[in-house]
Order: sequence, then C-alpha cells, then structure tokens
Amino acid sequence: MTDATTRPYRVRSRIGAELPRVLCIAGFVIFVLVPLYWMVITSIKPTSDYLALPPVWFPAEPTIVHYTAALFSYRGLDGLTNSVIIASAATVLSTVLGTLMAYSMARFNTGGEHLAFWVLSQRFLPPVATALPLFLMFRSWYLYDTHVGLIIVYTVMTLPLSVWMMYAYFRQLPRSLEDAALVDGLSRWQALWMVAVPLAAPGIVAAAVFVFVGVWTEFFFALVLTSRHAFTLPTVFRAFLGFQGAQYGEACALATTSLVPSIVLGILVQRHLVRGLTLGALRG
Amino acid sequence: MAGVRISGLHKRFAGVHAVRGIDLDIPDGEFTVLVGPSGCGKSTLLRTIAGLEDADAGTVAIGEEIVNGVRPRDRDVAMVFQDYALYPHMTVFGNISLSLRARGRPRAEIETRVRRVADLLGIVELLGRYPRQLSGGQRQRVAIGRAIVRNPRVFLFDEPLSNLDAQLRDEMRGEIKRLHQDISTTMIYVTHDQIEAMTLADRIVLMRDGFIEQQGAPLDLYEQPATMFVAGFLGSPQMNFLHGSILRSGDNAAVQFGEEDTTLALPPGRGRPGVSNGAAVIVGLRPEHARRGVGAEPEPGTVRIEATIELVQPTGSRSYATFRLAGQPLLAELQAHDVSRPGERIPIDLDLRRAAIFDPQSGNAL
Repeated sequence: MTDATTRPYRVRSRIGAELPRVLCIAGFVIFVLVPLYWMVITSIKPTSDYLALPPVWFPAEPTIVHYTAALFSYRGLDGLTNSVIIASAATVLSTVLGTLMAYSMARFNTGGEHLAFWVLSQRFLPPVATALPLFLMFRSWYLYDTHVGLIIVYTVMTLPLSVWMMYAYFRQLPRSLEDAALVDGLSRWQALWMVAVPLAAPGIVAAAVFVFVGVWTEFFFALVLTSRHAFTLPTVFRAFLGFQGAQYGEACALATTSLVPSIVLGILVQRHLVRGLTLGALRG
Repeated sequence: MAGVRISGLHKRFAGVHAVRGIDLDIPDGEFTVLVGPSGCGKSTLLRTIAGLEDADAGTVAIGEEIVNGVRPRDRDVAMVFQDYALYPHMTVFGNISLSLRARGRPRAEIETRVRRVADLLGIVELLGRYPRQLSGGQRQRVAIGRAIVRNPRVFLFDEPLSNLDAQLRDEMRGEIKRLHQDISTTMIYVTHDQIEAMTLADRIVLMRDGFIEQQGAPLDLYEQPATMFVAGFLGSPQMNFLHGSILRSGDNAAVQFGEEDTTLALPPGRGRPGVSNGAAVIVGLRPEHARRGVGAEPEPGTVRIEATIELVQPTGSRSYATFRLAGQPLLAELQAHDVSRPGERIPIDLDLRRAAIFDPQSGNAL
C-alpha cells in the first residue's frame, strides 16, 4: 500500500525537479547552436534563399560557390594563411615569454610587487590610443603590413594576460617539488622544464588558448597596421558589407572556415585544460 | 660519505633572524637529529646545508670542501621532504631515476640501481605507478628511495614522518634507523617530535630561537639537561618544575617549597656549593622519578611524602597521577595499579638524586 501511494508522488516530484533544469539547458543549447547552424547553412544557400520568408532551414540546392568566392576572389585564403601564421607565432611567443616571466616573478619575486602590477597595468591603456604611434613607427621601421610587425604587436598585447594567468598558476605549485629537483641534480632550467612546466601545463594551455583566440579575432590593429600583404582573416570581412548590400553567403562561408582552427585547437587541448596534474604530489 | 661542518652560520629572512650563529660539527656517518619547536631555525639550517638557502654569514663544509655558493646539484646531498615532493607527472620509476637521468647515467645502470633500491624498500611492484595511486607510507618509501638511489655523501630529512598516522610513523621510524645501520651514511634529520629525536639520534642538537640550546647523546640530554628548556622539551609527559628556595646548613642542603613550609632534604652533592642560602631555584623532577612508596622507609636519597591524588590517567602499562606539593601540581608516573581513583591518599617517593635544579632567572642548570 505504501508503495502504491508514494510512488506516483515521487515520480511527479522528480519530473517537477528535473523539468526546469532540462528546459534551462535546452534553452541555452538552442541559444548557442541556432546562430551557428544558421551561419553554416547560410554559407551553402543559394543567394535567393538568404532572406526568404518563410525561412529556409535547409536549402534544396546546396552550393559551395560562396566558399570559392570568399576564399579566392576576396582573398580569404590569404587572410586565413596570414592569420594562422600570425596567431600561432604570437601564441608561441606570448606563452614562452609569459611562462619565463611568470616563473621568475613567482619563484624569485622578480621586480617585487611593482613589476607584477606594471605588467597588469599595460591593459589599462585603451588600445586605440597606441594605434597612431604604432602606425607611424611601423612605417619608418618597415614593419607596416608585415607578419613580423603584427606578431610583435600581438605578443606585447597578450603578454599581460599570459603572464598573469601563469603567475597565479606557478604560485600555487608547491615549491618543494622544484627544491627536490634541484637537490636531485637538476639545474634551475631543467627543474623549470622537467618539473614546473609539466605541472603548470593546464595553466599554460589555458593561457595559450586565450591568447590564440584573442589574436585570431583581433580586428582593429590588423586593419590599421596592414593593407595588401599581411592582412588577417577578420579584415577580410569588411569586403562583404558594401554599398551594394551584404554578401551573407560569402561572410558566412568565411566565418565557418575561420571557426575550424579554433575548434581543432579546442579539441586538441581539452584534455590538458581539465587535468589536475598536481593531484597526488603531496599528502593525499 | 662525508661529515658536515658548520661555522658561524647566520640566515635572515625579511625581518626574521632565523639562524643566529650556529657552530656544528657532524662527524662522518653520524645520525644527527635537529630538534626544536617550530620556528627555531632547524629547517632553515637543513635547507642551508642542502643549498636551497644561501647563508648570510658563516660557512658550510661537506667533507673537506666549503660549499657556500655551490649549487644544490653539485653538493651531492639527498633530501627527503615533509610533503614527500614526489613529481606527480612521473611514475615511481621516473621519480627514483630522475637524479640518475639528470646526471646522464647509462640506461642499463639506471635500471639496475633503481631495481636494487626498490628491492631494498619493498616497492618493486609500484615502479609503474603514479604518486597519486600510492598510499602515504608508499609515497614515503618512494621519497626515501629517490634519496638513496644515488649514494649521496649526506642525507637530509625534513620532518619526513609528520604526515603519517601514528602506527605508520613508528614503522617508518624503525626503517629509517635500520637504513642508517645498513648504509651508515651521514644523516641529518629535522623533527619537532622529541620521541623521534630520542629514538633515532646518535646525537641530538636541540635548537631554540636560531641558537643551539644543547647538543649531545640523547640520554645525556635527557638526564643532564643544561637548561629548563631542554629539560621541558625532552620527555613525555613533561618534566615537573617546582618553585622553591635553598636552605643550607653546613654541608647539607634542602629545598623549601611554598608557604606551607614543605622542606625536602637534598641528597649529598645535589645542593651545589655555588647556590647561596635562601636562593630561589626551580627543581625539575621527571614523572618517572616520583614512585609509589613501598616498605616502611624510603630508599636512601629519596624523600617520602603523603600525596592526595587529584587526577588519574591510566595508559595501560602506567598510570599518571597528579597531586600537589605545597600547592604546586606534580605528575607522577606510577605502576598501573598503584592508584585507583582520585582522592586517594598514598605515599610517594621523590627521587631527588635524579632531580635537576635550575636558576629561575636564566633557566640554566645549577
């Protein structure tokens, strides 16, 4: 009897508790995925389907014409190549320099508290204020419209972020691990490379992802400091919004293409981002 | 293998003078325990020997060589840390072999030496595991294995057992002692635990506030403490300290406690000639030197009193009984069945031949 009376009540209460949760998650998933879906689907729609009413959820005749136009006629492929080169180089430089600087600050208190704050304070300046001086300097130093020029700018711009993320990470690594490595016969460099860096890998990877995404999507400095040669992917999108109207298909095709490297990167580093390597280092 | 000689060593951290002029000579092969309360500078001293801290003044010599300014890796010392400091991203094999790999030893030699050490410590089947898959005692063994694999000249232990539970601690303590008997390399061991110090040491160096308070063989320190601090630090339960004053008549001396005119005669030779009549003293008496009186007369050299027991703490083999002597609490270590309940009135013999007498001002033994 007890079962018969309690069971329906329990089932109802579980659904009652789960329903808002499921609805919230469903709402969020739709909120995130529908624009993405719309972008991908628009990139393969014929021009006549862009703004059709009722909306076309899947085109009857998918086409890749927007991809060829965006990548070749509008030089999207060149932009993509430039972006890959510049973003990769800036990410590597920013992460390597940031690691060294953060480690030095965390372990040797280099520069005291002032250096750490000064690094952070570099972000206080509105970036636009540096655009004109940079433009003038780059013109006279032959860095205008070069890969190297943009790599320098992006490395400097992202260093405060990578330094601070890794500074926090190195500071919470137990010092005794490196002490043990030093007594074990490693040099300071070896201790950094063989002990501290592997343990800080989640922090380093997270910083690298932030830097890469930041550089990958940066528009303003790319626009100011490049023209025909070193232009990056975001600057290509300007061409799709003209006096004659918007080229939705080409824009969506290029946007879809530009997502690929970020997604690949995300899949590659996901494992490191979630792994808590310090577990078991100390008493457990 | 080598001895360690420390001369005039000072170490300051921002605002803290952690080590204040230590002179210490540790002979080759000795097991030396640095013991003291936290903040006494013992760990700093150990880290300075390892080269993890630089001395502000003074020298550290390992063997014949002064090693100030020599990097830790070139000092040929091995260290076991309080938190084990195992590399979490390396297997047990990787942890133990790192020092050999860093020195570029041939692969076959590394294999053999790691196996031999793992065999010695009974951790062969753990070589492929990661530290997070090990229990506390296993981690401790790996940490010790990492230290002994390269036959260093000196072993340094920084409170290696303090993270283990009591039973495992006793077991590992025995293993460390056995290890020293087997390989008889110089070992310097830091602990705040006086039992570890007493059981392990060939020599105890008791530190306080950056100075060495007293050093010597464990039983010498226990039986002839130079200061009240040493007397109170070593031994558990702690030594009883009773305030009193010296009464002198001719060659005989006695101590008067409190207002109630409780006067106990000191055995011949215990009232030091330097102490004047009426001088205030502190008498230190270990709990095991207060026994239940049996027979009609106390043993020569002991003094019998009648005590009303206030508190009884049985431990199984012994019972600790608290009573008052001239208003001052005194703890006696009695046989288990000597006392059954509080309020009992029993005879207690105080063995004043074993008592220590201190100057209340300086805390030094008289």
